[in-house]
Amino acid sequence: MTNIQSNAVVAETEGPVAPVEPETPKAKARPAWRSLNFGPRLWVSVGIILVITLLAFVGPLFYPYGPDQKVGSIYDSPSAEHILGTENFGYDVIAVLMASTRNSLINGLLAGTLATFIGVLIGILAGYVGGWLEEALMGITNIVLAIPAIVILILISISLQSTNIPFLKGIAGLALVIGITSWPWTARAVRAQASSVATREHIDVAKLSGARTPGILVFDVLPYLASYVVMAWVLQLASAILAESTLSMLGLGVSGTNSLGMQLHWALAFQAVATGAWWAFLPPTIVLTLISFGFLYLQSSLDEVFNPRLRRGKKKNLAAAAKRREEAARKLAEQGDAVGVAA
Amino acid sequence: MSANETPVLGPVLSAQHVTKQFRVAGGHITAVDDVSVDFHAGKVLAVVGESGSGKSTLARMLLRLMPVTSGTITYLGKDVTNISGRQLRAYWRDVQAVFQDPFASFNQFFTVGNMLSRSLKLADSSAESNDELIERCLGYVGLKPADALRKYPHQLSGGQRQRVMVARALMMNPKVLLADEATSMLDASLRVSVLNVLTDLRRELGLTVLFITHDIGQACYLADEVVVMEHGLVVERGTTDQVIFSPQNDYTKRLLADVPDLKGSLKSRR
Repeated sequence: MTNIQSNAVVAETEGPVAPVEPETPKAKARPAWRSLNFGPRLWVSVGIILVITLLAFVGPLFYPYGPDQKVGSIYDSPSAEHILGTENFGYDVIAVLMASTRNSLINGLLAGTLATFIGVLIGILAGYVGGWLEEALMGITNIVLAIPAIVILILISISLQSTNIPFLKGIAGLALVIGITSWPWTARAVRAQASSVATREHIDVAKLSGARTPGILVFDVLPYLASYVVMAWVLQLASAILAESTLSMLGLGVSGTNSLGMQLHWALAFQAVATGAWWAFLPPTIVLTLISFGFLYLQSSLDEVFNPRLRRGKKKNLAAAAKRREEAARKLAEQGDAVGVAA
Repeated sequence: MSANETPVLGPVLSAQHVTKQFRVAGGHITAVDDVSVDFHAGKVLAVVGESGSGKSTLARMLLRLMPVTSGTITYLGKDVTNISGRQLRAYWRDVQAVFQDPFASFNQFFTVGNMLSRSLKLADSSAESNDELIERCLGYVGLKPADALRKYPHQLSGGQRQRVMVARALMMNPKVLLADEATSMLDASLRVSVLNVLTDLRRELGLTVLFITHDIGQACYLADEVVVMEHGLVVERGTTDQVIFSPQNDYTKRLLADVPDLKGSLKSRR
C-alpha cells in the first residue's frame, strides 16, 4: 500500500483524535489532523453555533435587564430602550430570548448526549456481538421506532408534570424523556458500522492477544466508529432542541422556565400573531432555525471532513496544480522543439 | 519449545471430521467438509487450495475464532472444541496466528508498542521484564524496538507490519503458529523474508507451523507435509516430496502445472 493511500484510509476513520508521534520524520512533516479538510462550511456552521452559544451564556452578563424583570406592559413595541420590545408578561424580549436559548441548548445537550449514549451502546453491542443479542436489541429498536415518538413524548411529559420528584419536573426531566425516545436511529446506524468493523482481522488479533469483549469494544471497535458517533451526536443535539421546542410550544414543557418553545407557546396564547406583535414570536423562531441549521450544517460538513471521498479540492490548490502541469508541458514542448531544431 | 518438556506422543493439534456449514438464503454451504488433519510437533504443515476451498475457515476453526458445525478439535489430547473464557485464553497462549492482511490486522489507533503490550496479559513474562520480552520477540523477526515500538501501523511497510504480527504471536511463546495466507499480500522479496522468518523460528524454537496458502510453490519451500483442499474437501495429503513429485489427484496436478516455471518459459521462447 502506498503512503498516499494509507494516509487517506487513516484520515477517513481516524478523525482529529488521532495522536501523532512527534518524533518520526513523516509525522513531523504533517500531523494527521492537518490533512483533514476543515472547509468553509465547517467554519460557517461553527461560527453560527458559537454566536448563539455566546448569546445564551455570555449575553446575560452584559444585558441590563433580567428575564424575570418586569419592564413594561404586554407587547410594548420595540424602542431604543428595549430593542425588541416586551412580551406578554411585560418582560424584555431579548432578556427572555437569551435565557430561553440557554435552557434550550442545555436541554439539547443533555438529551442529545443521552440519546447518543444509548444508541451507541445498543448499536455497538448488537453489531459486534451479533446472534440472538443482535436480534433482540434490533427488535426493541424497531419497536421503539415504530411507535410515534411524539405520542410517547406527550404522554410521558404529561405524567412527569404530575410527579413529585423535583428533578424530573425540571429541564433534566424533559431531556431524559427526549433522550430515551430518540436513540433508535443512532442505534441502527452504529450497528451497521459496528458489524462491519467486527469482521476486521484486527478484532481477531485482539482476541488472540487475550483482550476481553469490553476492552475490544472500547479500544478496537469504538475508535473506528468515532466519526459516525460524532456526527450522530451533532444530529441528536439538533433534533433534541427541536423536540423540546415542539413539546413546549404545545404547552407540555417545563412550566415556569424559559425556553424557545415556551416563548412561542406564550406568544400564541396571548395572540401575538393576531395583534401583529412580531417581536414576540419572530426572534425565538429565528434563533431556533439558526440553531438547527447550524447543527445540521455542522453535521454535513463533518461528513466532508471525515469522509475523504466527499472532499472537494481547494480551488487554489487545483489552480496551482494546473499551473505546474502547464509549466511542465511547456518545458517538454521546448525540449522537443530544441531536439527538432538540432535534428 | 524447551527441551525439558515432556515429548508429546501423537499430534500436538488435531482436527477430526471437522465440518463447517454456513447458512445462506435457501440452504447451506459446506465450507469445510469432514476434514481431519494432524499437526506434529516441530513440523510445518501446509494447507494448499484456491480461494474458497475452505482453508481459511479451517484455520479460524482451529483457532477457535469460529465455532465448528460438527467434529472435534483436540490440543495435546484435550478436547478444545467448545472451551471458552479462561480456558480459551489459555489455549491461545499456545496456539497463535498471523493473518493475511498486514493492514487490517492492526488496530490503526495503536502504536506497535501499545499493541504488543496488550499481549503481555497472556504472555508468560515471569522470566524477564516486559520490555525484554518485547525486545526478544522483535529480535526474532529482525526488528529493532527503538525503531518499531513508537510507530503507527501506517508508518511501517507491509513486510515490517507482517513481521510485527509474527512478533506479537511469538510473545505468548506459542507451540503452534497458524499463518493464514500470511505472505499473499506481500510482494515477492518481502515474501521470502517472511518465509525465512518462519523457517528460522521452526528451527530455533521448535514451533509447529500451519502454513495456509494458495501458492503450492511457497508450500514446497517451507513445508514438511502438504494437504491439498478443494471445495472444502481434502483431496490429497502426504509429505511434500510425495505431493510434488507424484501427485495423485487431478486438482493437485493442475495446481503444480500452474506454478510459473521461469527456466521453462524462457526455453520455450527461444
